[in-house]
Parts: sequence; C-alpha cells; structure tokens
Amino acid sequence: MTGTTPGFSQLRLDGVSRRFGSQDALAGLDLTIRTGEFIALLGPSGCGKSTALNCLAGLLPLTAGSIWQDERRVDTLPPERRGFGMVFQNYALFPHMSVRANVAFGLRMRRLPRDEIRRRTAEAIRLVRLEEHAGKLPGQLSGGQQQRVAIARAVVLEPSLVLMDEPLSNLDAKLRLEMRTEIRRLHQSLGLTTVYVTHDQEEALSLADRLVVLRAGRVQQIGSPQTLHTRPANWHVADFMGYRNLWPMRAVSPQGALVAVEADGFRLVGDPMGDVAPGDAVMAGVRPEDVRVGEPGEAATNTMPAEIEVVEYQGRELAAEARTATGIRVHLRTDRRVAPGDAVALSIDPERLLVFPSDSDEAPSAPLADPAGARLAEPGLVG
Amino acid sequence: MSVTTSPHATVATGPPRTPRAHWRHRLAERGVDGQLWLLAPAVLFVVLLFLYPFFYGLGLSFQPTKGGPFSDYARFFGDAYQRGTIWTTLGLALPAALLNVLASVPIAYRMRGRFRGKRLVTILLVVPITLGTVLTAQGLLNFLGPTGWFNRVLMALHLTDEPVRLVHNYWGVFFSLIITGFPFAFLLVLSYLSGIDPTLERAAATLGAGWWQRFRTVTLPLLMPGLATTFCLTFVLAFSVFPSAVLVGNPAGETRVISIAAYQAAYEQYDYPYASAIAMVMGAIELVIISVVLLARTRLYTGSSGGKG
Ligand SMILES: Nc1ncnc2c1ncn2[C@@H]1O[C@H](COP(=O)(O)OP(=O)(O)OP(=O)(O)O)[C@@H](O)[C@H]1O
Ligand SMILES: [Mg+2]
Repeated sequence: MTGTTPGFSQLRLDGVSRRFGSQDALAGLDLTIRTGEFIALLGPSGCGKSTALNCLAGLLPLTAGSIWQDERRVDTLPPERRGFGMVFQNYALFPHMSVRANVAFGLRMRRLPRDEIRRRTAEAIRLVRLEEHAGKLPGQLSGGQQQRVAIARAVVLEPSLVLMDEPLSNLDAKLRLEMRTEIRRLHQSLGLTTVYVTHDQEEALSLADRLVVLRAGRVQQIGSPQTLHTRPANWHVADFMGYRNLWPMRAVSPQGALVAVEADGFRLVGDPMGDVAPGDAVMAGVRPEDVRVGEPGEAATNTMPAEIEVVEYQGRELAAEARTATGIRVHLRTDRRVAPGDAVALSIDPERLLVFPSDSDEAPSAPLADPAGARLAEPGLVG
Repeated sequence: MSVTTSPHATVATGPPRTPRAHWRHRLAERGVDGQLWLLAPAVLFVVLLFLYPFFYGLGLSFQPTKGGPFSDYARFFGDAYQRGTIWTTLGLALPAALLNVLASVPIAYRMRGRFRGKRLVTILLVVPITLGTVLTAQGLLNFLGPTGWFNRVLMALHLTDEPVRLVHNYWGVFFSLIITGFPFAFLLVLSYLSGIDPTLERAAATLGAGWWQRFRTVTLPLLMPGLATTFCLTFVLAFSVFPSAVLVGNPAGETRVISIAAYQAAYEQYDYPYASAIAMVMGAIELVIISVVLLARTRLYTGSSGGKG
C-alpha cells in the first residue's frame, strides 16, 4: 500500500439518520466497522441501502447522527476530503474519458507522479481484466464491463474504505461468481475495508464478515453470516434469508425449550425466537431445504401428510411445492423424484422450525445488534 | 483478414457467403422508415420560408442594375465605409455572444439543482425575452441615458461630474444585445446542464476532486458541445442586430452594422440587388463563424450524458 489515505482502526456510525420529507429513508443506524472488515448491507429494494452508503460517502447530508473515524468526526467533511472510494449503482463512469482515463482519474486528482499513475492504472485494469478495452469509451462497453471499470476506478486509490452499491447486479451468473471471488480476493490482498450493498442474500453470505439487514430504513439485525442464516432476529429477516415457508400460526403451549404452535387444527413444534406466550400470534418459518420428504403414513413429531403440486427441476435437486391436508402451502427441496400428485409425508426437525412473534418487526429490541459476530449457539431474541 | 482454420470464423467473416440483409433492414439501418413523414411540416416550412427567399435573393444579388454579375459584391468590398460594417458588426456580436454564454454558465451551474425560489429566479431572468427589442431600448434610454437613473445616482454620489455616455454609442447596443441574448443563452445552457447526470460529479468527488476540478474535468467537457451550440445561436441573433443599433446606438457611426447597410440599400436607394448582395455577405460571414465553431465542436465528446449537445 502506498498509504495515500489515512487509515483508521474503526469507523463508528452513531445514530446516522436521513429523512426525505416526512419519510425516514434511514433511521438511527448504529454500526462500528473495524479496519479490514467486509460488511454487507442487505435488504429489500427501497430499504435505505443506497441512502446509507451516500451518507457514509458524504454525498447526502445527515439529518441526525454522526460518523467517527477513530476520534475524528468525518460526517462534516465533504466527500473529496473523506477519501472513501465508491462504486455507484449506475456506475457513474465519465462518458467522455476512456477506460484508462476513468481509472486514472482519482490518481490524477492526487497529483501523483505520472509513472506511478500509469503503473497503478494498468495494474487495476488488469485486475478487472479489461486490458483489451482500456482505450474505449464507457459507451462502447457492455454493462458488465462498465461495472468492472467502476470497481477498478474505486479500488485503484486503495482507499481506507470502499463503498460498493450493488456492484455485481448487472453481470451474468458466471461473471458474477467470478467477480464475487475477485472482490473477495481484492479485499483480502489489499486489506480494503468494504461496505457492500446488495439485495442478494447469497452474495452477502458468501462475501461478508458481518451482515446488516435493513428494512424500511431500520436495522433489523447485525451479525455474522452464520447467525443470520440460522438465527434470524425476526420473521422479516427470516423472509429475507431464505425462509420461504412462513406461516401465520398461534402459540399453544411451551414444550421444554420448544413451543407448540397451531393453525387450523394443524400442530407443529418449533424453536421460539423471542418472547412467545401461549395464545400469541406467531410466524413459523422453515427453509425449503429443511423440509424432509418421507413415505405417506409416517408418524412422528412435525409430520404432516401433503400432496405435491408443482415440481421444478433444479439440477441435482427438485424444488417442489406441496399442499397439506389443511391447506397450507409448503415449499421444499428434495433429491427424491417426486411428481405432481404424489402423496407424501413432510416432516420438519423442531430445531429447524423457527417461531417468531408476529409483531416483532415493530420494535426490534437491543440484543439485535451482535457486535461480537458469530454467537452461533445463542438464539437471536430470547428475552 | 487472413483465412483462419476456425470454421465459424470463415462463415462469419467471409463476405461472399454473408447473405445481404433485406432492403427494409438496410433502409432502417440508415434511419429511413415511416417516421420520416414527421419531418414533412418542417421540410415544407424550410422550403417556403427559408430556401425560396434565400435562392431568390441569391439570384437577385447576381443581377445588379449595372455591371457584371459580381459587380455589386465588388462595390460592397471596394467601399471602405460599407466594408467596415463587417468589423463593426463582428465587434458587437462576437463579444456579446461570448459574454452571454460565459455569464450563463456559472449561473446555470448554480441553479441546476432544485432549490427554493428557482422558478422565481428563472422567471426574472427570462422576462427580457418577452419585452422585445424596442421596449428594451426604451428602458435602456431611460435607465442609462444622460438624465437616466444610473447617471443621476452616479452624480448624486459624486462619482462622476458629468453623465457617463452609455447610450447612442457602442455600449448601448452592447447592453441591449446582452439583455435580449442572455435569457436565450441561459435557458439553453441550463437545459444542457440538466442533461448531465449529477452522479458523475458525485463520483468525481469521491475520487478526491474538489468543486473546481469537478467542474473543469467532468462538467465542463460534457457541457462544451452545448456551449458551442449556444454560442452559435446567440451569435446569429446578435449578428443580425438592427432595431437596437438604430435606437440605442449611433447608426451613422460606430454602430453602423451590416444590416443597416443592407436596409439603406434596399429602402433608401431602392437597389434591391445591392441589398441582396449585402445580405448574402452577411449570411456568408455567419456561416464562416458557425462552421469554425461547429468544426471545433466535432472534436469534443458529444455522446450520452453530455447534456444534449
Ligand atoms: N432524493 C430522494 N428524495 C426522496 N426520497 C428518496 C430520495 N432518495 C431515496 N428516497 C427514498 O428513500 C428510500 C430509500 O432509498 P434507497 O435508494 O436508499 O433504497 P435502496 O435500499 O438502495 O433500494 P434499491 O435496492 O432499489 O437500490 C426509498 O423509499 C426512496 O424512495
Ligand atoms: Mg440502491
């Protein structure tokens, strides 16, 4: 590293908020980013991910809160004095400059020696594999190539923090995987602290050290990929993290550490994620891959007879949709050769059926933030 | 291209084997399709109101009342008093057009975003368009004339002992050209500027560029083609200056512009061929200036996001 930007040991966001009119695009984001960390900002469209990045980069003034780089307050600095690199959602490449000039732009602004500019530019272009296109204008590149130019332009400065706004959203599946590895490699080899926005949970899980899930401008959960994968803090996070089966039910009675839930005379036992008292409305969630398909007639806990309705071929596995006798629709994945119309018995491991309080989206409570990262064994919200 | 061993390369590149595209495809490639009819009214308009009078005047200019076909042109260029109108007019129109464009840029740059009161400011800046030249001249005479407010204020403040002469000379016409030309230039520049993606400047900011560097390296290059076009339009407006040259200028002396020479030939000497010849000279000079500017403009980037230049 050439050390042109001052490094930091941690970047602290303290109640960062941004309103547009009466709408909270981002409400009270508290987050501490350690140097070298890879943070993914995750959430559905319009949840405030780009707003958070723009606030960090200094492109949007905050309506409340502050940002601290170690002991230095940076939210009052203009973007050009923060030294954070950014990859924009719409690339924002300079249309009148060649790929090479785009990548060299930041180095030129720092008035580095000409040789160094040439060397680092060439290196960054090679890194994103655009050597053949270095002389072209952005308008002559495909969407994916433009995106790679945007990445090269941001990382060539080796900034103390790189902000990436869905940098892979326009790439085809294969290139996307390659670039994902590339970004991870860049992050590791350059030690770049990265905040990465995506709405693709798989991408977030595979890249990030820590995930921040946003919904409607509010933090839902902060934690390691494992925590979010296995212990979502509420059913909105679960919904986002691939719990495709989410059934509104009612809690009946506690069973040891577990809880029995019921809907339309159909009874399941699951793992409570938070305060669940008998009679409460709950959301019971399970991933399609955690639904087991057995022979009809099996009787065990959490086993229900169902009929396969739709089958999608997905390579080694089948993704299927089944309907239970009581009318509940179940998404499942299986390597059994099931066909529409087959009668099966579905069963769910009680540990894998997560029971969320229905209203838990209203007031996410304190334990949601998980600064330590991987606290695997600990349920997210036990009150 | 050399022959390659790859079979599909020869198929794709071998010209004899490439079937010709259907004629409709080839026409569409050149932009020939049904939408061409949308141009019909404009073509008619141009033919009736521009091409016909132009060629009529061109023909007339070669039929002088006496002498050979070029004798009226020779007469114009041979007479220093007439020839001088070219420099007088250029001396007014070029600085006025340049100032209009240059003054529009910072104001439009500041106003390109959304802010409170933008509409009011825009209206205020654009009002002169609705005034018309004659009303503007009247206002200038009242304001800048020897007994106008401007001079009265200067004298009341004892900044000057006798009125500063700002009308009935070069400056009167110059001010008039600014007042009428600036709103056009401003509106054009503002629309070119709004066509530039604002995230480009934000990207430049995250790359460490301060506001001046952002303007110079990103916005200005993208705006340049639009500025060239704006310059041409305001130059043409200023070059054909006539009413204000008479009303607030000195039409017999320092603001005897070329259109006055043409007017005198046509309506004082009733020499239409000579007037046509002067008009043709006028057109030729405009054409030369515009060609120079547009030629320079082709060297600039004019693709997407570069305003609408
Ligand atoms: N300039 C603005 N004026 C008003 N509202 C805005 C503005 N920018 C964003 N918003 C609102 O703020 C909310 C968050 O927007 P943001 O762009 O951060 O979403 P996002 O999470 O990046 O979504 P996506 O995944 O679609 O990019 C949205 O509801 C949006 O409508
Ligand atoms: Mg966004």
